[in-house]
Amino acid sequence: MLNIQYFASIRESLNRNEEQLELPADVHSVQTLIDYLVSANPHFEAVFKGSNENKDGKVLVAVNQTIVDRNHPLGQNDEVAFFPPMTGG
Amino acid sequence: MISIQNQDFSLGDEYAAIRSRAGDAGAIVTFTGLVREIYGDNSVAGAVQSLTLEHYPGMTEKCLKEIQQKAENRWPLLATRIIHRVGELHSHEQIVLVATASAHRQAAFDSAEFIMDYLKSEAPFWKKQKSTNESSWVESRDTDKTALDRWQKP
Repeated sequence: MLNIQYFASIRESLNRNEEQLELPADVHSVQTLIDYLVSANPHFEAVFKGSNENKDGKVLVAVNQTIVDRNHPLGQNDEVAFFPPMTGG
Repeated sequence: MISIQNQDFSLGDEYAAIRSRAGDAGAIVTFTGLVREIYGDNSVAGAVQSLTLEHYPGMTEKCLKEIQQKAENRWPLLATRIIHRVGELHSHEQIVLVATASAHRQAAFDSAEFIMDYLKSEAPFWKKQKSTNESSWVESRDTDKTALDRWQKP
């Protein structure tokens, strides 16, 4: 099972903290997971739309707690997290 | 040593602790970050009443360990200490502590700044500010990214 977590403004926009997902057959990377999530739920489209270029809407992705780009491969049992740029300190 | 915690910390106690761990240190630098009343471009009407700090348990600790390791690889440090608070914090409260100990001051100063710069851009913490009227997520700042660049030059 894929474990997907959402944080901060992304968590609030989607109104969910996390979900478990059986890895769909056509999902093999971060980008294909985003495509899958967007097609399954219209709320995701607004969150991920233009998120590569647009600073304000930027969504970062971590796989197994390391930040990766959209081409990063995904496998069963990976932990994926979506969140906005960090603002700690 | 790294701690993510809700409760406040005592700078005096932390200084005494790193001083006793640091052996023959000639310099200890401590940095403390506080909650300000005004954040960012002050887009939220009214002064900030509180900040809520959210983080990604697990990744936060992993990330801070990596930052600490990078600093230790780059400077001859005798001890380091990082504390970051999470949860709801009010104006003027302490948020973060970074302390570094070394034989000489330059390494202690530089490594403390390095750790703070990386922490701000790479550690998964998010601030939500609450004023009398509304609440909103604090936007990330380009200046925090620029601060990182100077450490990447040869």
